[in-house]
Amino acid sequence: MTETTQATDTRTQGRSADRRMGRFWSKLKRNKAAMLGGLLLLLYIVTALLAPVLYPGNPSAPNLMKSLEPPSLKEPLGTDELGRSILGRIIYGSRVSLLIALGAVSVGLLLGVPLGLVSGYYGGKSDFMIQRVTDTMLAFPGFLLALALVAVLGVGLKNAMISVGIGMIPLYIRLVRGCVLSVREEVYVEAAKAVGTRDRVILFRHILPNVMVPITVQTSLMMGMAILFAAGLGFLGIGVQPPTPEWGTMLGSGRAYIFNAPHVATFPGIAIFLAVLSFNLLGDGLRDALDPRFKL
Amino acid sequence: MLQYVIKRLLSTVPVLIGISLLLFFMLRMLPGDPAQVLAGQMATQEDIERIRHQLGLDRPVYVQYVLFLGRLAKFDLGRSARTQNPVIQEVWARLPNTMLLAGVAITLACLFGIPAGIISAVRPYTWLDYLVTSTALFGISMPVFWLGLMLVVIFSVMLQWLPAGGMGSWKHVILPSVTLAAFVVAFIARMTRSTMMETLSQDYTTTARSKGLQESVVIIKHALKNALIPIITVVGLQFGMLLGGAVLTETVFAWPGLGRLIVDSILARDYPVIQGAILIFGLLYILVNLIVDLIYAWVDPRIRYD
Amino acid sequence: MSEQSGPLLTIRGLRTRFHTYEGVVNAVDGLDIEVFRGETLGLVGESGCGKSVTALSILRLLPCPPAEIQGQILFDGTNLLDLDREGIRNIRGGDISMIFQEPMTSLNPVLTIGEQISETLRRHKDMTRREAWRRCVEMLQLVQIPGPKSRSREYPHKLSGGMRQRAMIAMALSCNPKLLLADEPTTALDVTIQAQIMTLMARLKEEFEASIVLITHDLGIIAEMASRVVVMYAGKMVEEAPVKELFKDPRHPYTQGLLGSIPVIGRKFDGGQRLQEIPGIVPNPLEMPLGCRFNPRCPRTMPICHQQEPPVVRLADHRRVSCWLEANKRDD
Repeated sequence: MTETTQATDTRTQGRSADRRMGRFWSKLKRNKAAMLGGLLLLLYIVTALLAPVLYPGNPSAPNLMKSLEPPSLKEPLGTDELGRSILGRIIYGSRVSLLIALGAVSVGLLLGVPLGLVSGYYGGKSDFMIQRVTDTMLAFPGFLLALALVAVLGVGLKNAMISVGIGMIPLYIRLVRGCVLSVREEVYVEAAKAVGTRDRVILFRHILPNVMVPITVQTSLMMGMAILFAAGLGFLGIGVQPPTPEWGTMLGSGRAYIFNAPHVATFPGIAIFLAVLSFNLLGDGLRDALDPRFKL
Repeated sequence: MLQYVIKRLLSTVPVLIGISLLLFFMLRMLPGDPAQVLAGQMATQEDIERIRHQLGLDRPVYVQYVLFLGRLAKFDLGRSARTQNPVIQEVWARLPNTMLLAGVAITLACLFGIPAGIISAVRPYTWLDYLVTSTALFGISMPVFWLGLMLVVIFSVMLQWLPAGGMGSWKHVILPSVTLAAFVVAFIARMTRSTMMETLSQDYTTTARSKGLQESVVIIKHALKNALIPIITVVGLQFGMLLGGAVLTETVFAWPGLGRLIVDSILARDYPVIQGAILIFGLLYILVNLIVDLIYAWVDPRIRYD
Repeated sequence: MSEQSGPLLTIRGLRTRFHTYEGVVNAVDGLDIEVFRGETLGLVGESGCGKSVTALSILRLLPCPPAEIQGQILFDGTNLLDLDREGIRNIRGGDISMIFQEPMTSLNPVLTIGEQISETLRRHKDMTRREAWRRCVEMLQLVQIPGPKSRSREYPHKLSGGMRQRAMIAMALSCNPKLLLADEPTTALDVTIQAQIMTLMARLKEEFEASIVLITHDLGIIAEMASRVVVMYAGKMVEEAPVKELFKDPRHPYTQGLLGSIPVIGRKFDGGQRLQEIPGIVPNPLEMPLGCRFNPRCPRTMPICHQQEPPVVRLADHRRVSCWLEANKRDD
């Protein structure tokens, strides 16, 4: 008798999970903004992967004869102060910014999520310590923290990645901790504890899946933020160093020619904008589609 | 209320300690001799020895930290490696400029962001809402430094209405503060929209409507007053974003503020000044959040009394 | 004065629909109700049967879209659905007021109790701030809140659930409404408090000469408070009767099921006399069954129940039933 009830329960549960997924997809598909974001992102990733095919030349090789040419048929986006194709550098730059964003968010995820889980689930002394460190880091919000870290670590791609990534750790800790605190009180977690399930199993089997939704949304938005921050460091000249084609760095060096050749600074900015926009659109769409509350 | 203020003041102590530790270990994480680092590349052997002795770098680490705290309490952060002026003097001179920019920007942000968010929440899924939400999305996706440069291209180069940079008349303030405000306006508008949507769907809003109150009273007195609590919090948090953005905006417009100082110091490896600027940014942020929490208690009776 | 004898509120063919992405939900589907002066009409049904939506439709408190309200709601001869925004606002809180289910969330947490009551007074009566405040303190006294003067200056979170519901009642009655819509006013409260609130409402109804539409799923409260009852199922009326007749002789199988599921003190629970439950669940509003909406759960279905909706049959004693069993009896 009990067994049959249990079987039915799991079946209905499975069905409702399927239904949830189905509803999620139909909601996401209906969200035109999210779809546009996904499309932009796809374009961005394809550009990064196929950079050598899309621009066969060397994007870093100077050609001073062609310095600061305005956009033309041959050079659709013009050339920079060293006569390099801006289009080519933007295409290769997509690799750099995507790499930094992925690296930075990985740092944030890999350190922030476990610390947030521990802080929220175990509480007590470890929670107290983690929270104090988080508070201190949050006293230097985002970009300033990255700036301070670059001051210590020095310039360059790897350091930009680490600096931006460390700034994301407290944000992940806070998010995950909040979710864990609310999930921890749920009946199924109580039940799992009551039957003596080990903490590690509860954390990974029961709590983590429930925290995945906000983490996914957050990660999409964080990717956009990482690109912005990395570009900001590049713009200030303390991020990725030339001649590596990086959008922020390109903008920074184009700044000097803003009066006579504004295209040098304009186009890399549009590239940054569209990349960040794609992640933000997608993040918003995911949040709306995953939000369980009734919405029209 | 007093109890709440005291509790809130005490809660800043761990953060202050955290900041002091961060500043203290920042130098020691750098490769090489801290005394050498602080003195700068141009320093003579005598300078380095003098600093080593002054900071007690030849003593154990915990003694160094205590000495450091003592100097911190007196705002004594040594001298700039570049200009040889006291750090506090360098930082202090730049602070009002950044505050001016940040103040104008946050005012602009509240003035435009909150009404835009309210309009959007009151008329959801109309063209007005789509206009606000998509503009806001553009706003949070745009790099500040690029926006600043584009504004320079349009208003300084093409139209020649406003100066491209520097400080002077009120005209100099417009472009940098608008640039700095853009992200925050967008963020506050988004936040206001979502919290207003939330409070407008609450039971007490239906109660207010069921009493026959005018829609404007329902929206402002009943829904907005509740939404203000999270909005104020976000404005406070956004002040931090603003300080970060100030670094970039000040660079674009050659605005002689703290942000520009910190970038110049990083490029010149002028660590005493970097430390000083970071300290001031941290303190500012704590101060703003303290003020926000007090406003919060003023708005929300639940906090005021418990 | 000419209207004095007729019903205070007449609802004809009320149809409230919600347009959602999944489809159109007919929350209320062709409802006819009359509320007479001075009476308490009980509106009974399971959650989701459309009883709360009916109340919200009367005051047009549902956001349109997604909601769409059709039909006629005649209050003192005027159709509330024809009024402009200002017109319906003058009715809300004035002639018709409402009490909600959740006293915890229905009061605004950032405004004092006094402010929330006196703003209603200032809106509908020509009162100064001071007059409104004085009247508000009187109202709080009337609903038996101890220390009304100091309580009026407090925020809702300082009051218990029962006290908040008393404040809600004070607010709803402050402008002498002719009709009070009470949507599960005691569901969220402790049982002992429930009785107190009900007694208070019964007393104040007499004092204020108001009519009440009492929405609840609790038949005990209905037995105590209501003079007539309308039973709703899946957006439709299934049975209407004076309260005594309904309890004595329920005609619709759904009403019979509802009455069978309440324990009666003194009745023995041995073998044959078990507490009855209605099998099954309320139908999905997007996939209403064909014919009678109750047919999947009805113990006495006939072939016609699956094909055609039952007509509303008028019986003696001002009773109405919507069921094929009664319709067939009539034809015989």
